[in-house]
Amino acid sequence: MGEKLIVTPSPHIKSPRTVKGVMLGVVISLLPACVGAVVLFGMNALLILITSVVSAVVAEALWQRATKQEITVGDFSAVITGLLLAMTLPPGVPLYVPAVGSVFAIVIAKQIFGGLGSNFVNPALAGRAFVLAAWPMSVAGAWLNPLTHDAVSSPTPLAVLKGGGTNIPGLWDLLIGNRTGSLGETSIILLLLGGLFLLVTKIIDWRTPVGFLGTLFVGTWVFGKPGALFQGDGLSAILLGGAVLGAFFMATDYVTSPVTPKGRLIFGIGAGLVTLLIRLWGGYPEGVTYGILFMNLMTPIIDRFVVPKYYGYEHDARARKSAEGKR
Amino acid sequence: MKRSLLHEFTKGFIEENATFRMVIGMCPTLAVTTSVKNGFWMGVAVIFVLTFSNVFVSLLRKMIPDQIRIPIFVILIATPVVIVELLMRAYLPAMYEILGVFVPLIVVNCIIIARAEAFAYKESVLRSFLDGLGIGAGFTCNLMIIGGIREFLGTGQIALGSFVFPSVKLFEPLVVMLTPPGGFMTLGLLMAILNIAVARSAQKKAH
Repeated sequence: MGEKLIVTPSPHIKSPRTVKGVMLGVVISLLPACVGAVVLFGMNALLILITSVVSAVVAEALWQRATKQEITVGDFSAVITGLLLAMTLPPGVPLYVPAVGSVFAIVIAKQIFGGLGSNFVNPALAGRAFVLAAWPMSVAGAWLNPLTHDAVSSPTPLAVLKGGGTNIPGLWDLLIGNRTGSLGETSIILLLLGGLFLLVTKIIDWRTPVGFLGTLFVGTWVFGKPGALFQGDGLSAILLGGAVLGAFFMATDYVTSPVTPKGRLIFGIGAGLVTLLIRLWGGYPEGVTYGILFMNLMTPIIDRFVVPKYYGYEHDARARKSAEGKR
Repeated sequence: MKRSLLHEFTKGFIEENATFRMVIGMCPTLAVTTSVKNGFWMGVAVIFVLTFSNVFVSLLRKMIPDQIRIPIFVILIATPVVIVELLMRAYLPAMYEILGVFVPLIVVNCIIIARAEAFAYKESVLRSFLDGLGIGAGFTCNLMIIGGIREFLGTGQIALGSFVFPSVKLFEPLVVMLTPPGGFMTLGLLMAILNIAVARSAQKKAH
């Protein structure tokens, strides 16, 4: 009897989907882009990916052991944090960067606030923001040429744009990833493949990425060219930098984004807007990290104000209004 | 039952720790703690002002009318602040340059008005003196600990005068620790650790 009576807060729909299943889906969807990164940037990329994932998993296991909690590294969430963090780093960073970033992401951003489900910002992005602020020179300046793997001092396409230049790779090069950039942001086709998989398996909602990339596209198109409206290059804007990676894999994090469909759309648009502001008028060349982190902080407010309508409520209200009108 | 005189001094370190337990005086705690040395001198200035104001508030406590006690406290606090400011300008110009506006700002530091209102206004001169010394010394320790952590991580070394430890940098310094986010993170983590320690010892006492 006691076992049949389970008292929990809503929602109450039961589904065969588990935390582990969802997380495994995300890992699978990230694999093509990871393989792409290794092909493009060689051993460096592989070492960064391995360091980052191993540090994240070990940090989570050690922390849970030290605080006498159930060890939950088997649910793949730490693996995802490690993978995502590694994908936001340039291929030439020293290995202590992903290691420290992962430990920060897991211990400070996630476990201290209560572990999976209680973290208020995306751990991988918090880790990236931390290492970027800690070692600005080595994190924002360690680019490698794809395929040839030699270190380049030339800036990324976004930094070129920031400096007022226009000489960026063509659309095809952007799509296949033949350009300088972070591990996981270069090969757009492979990222879209993973994103499509997540959409088809309904692990993520289309509203967040569409809101994010749509805002970035329209905003850059309208304001992207200084001194002239409606002439900016919107398409390059969404293919450059971490926009696709962030929109599909980071902004859609269950824990740190709103629960309602409308809220997710607002989240996506907001993240796109902050990214746009930073890219066009801010001090940094790229703003995806801060755009998503900012909206992470807004999520509780969005969830408070965007409340789904009760079933039958709207009909009731309309009926009452028309009844009042007749009187 | 009156608490012991020694306790009036020692309570400032853990039990009534200004920064971590009462969470007051946060402005200098976050702003100037980028090194042990800055923290130390800021702390010394606060010890002087706090002891001075506590003693005088306590001396005059029977003469101060209740209705206008706050303005009178402020005058009693502002006096030692001006003394400290002028002394620092004269003898430690380099340090004054770093601490800058935070020295005159001690006048509005919550710790000092809080001790005047909550303690010195009701207690004897000797107790107020010890309270001022103890809370001030505890505050100085906090600033030096936060400053030490931030200096070590942010520059890779801790410099005390000509003595530098460790003499060779062991890792690439994390610049972020010298910025405000680094200050907030250090403060939050230390506060959590101290609160856990206090809660554990209270639990042990209860058993």
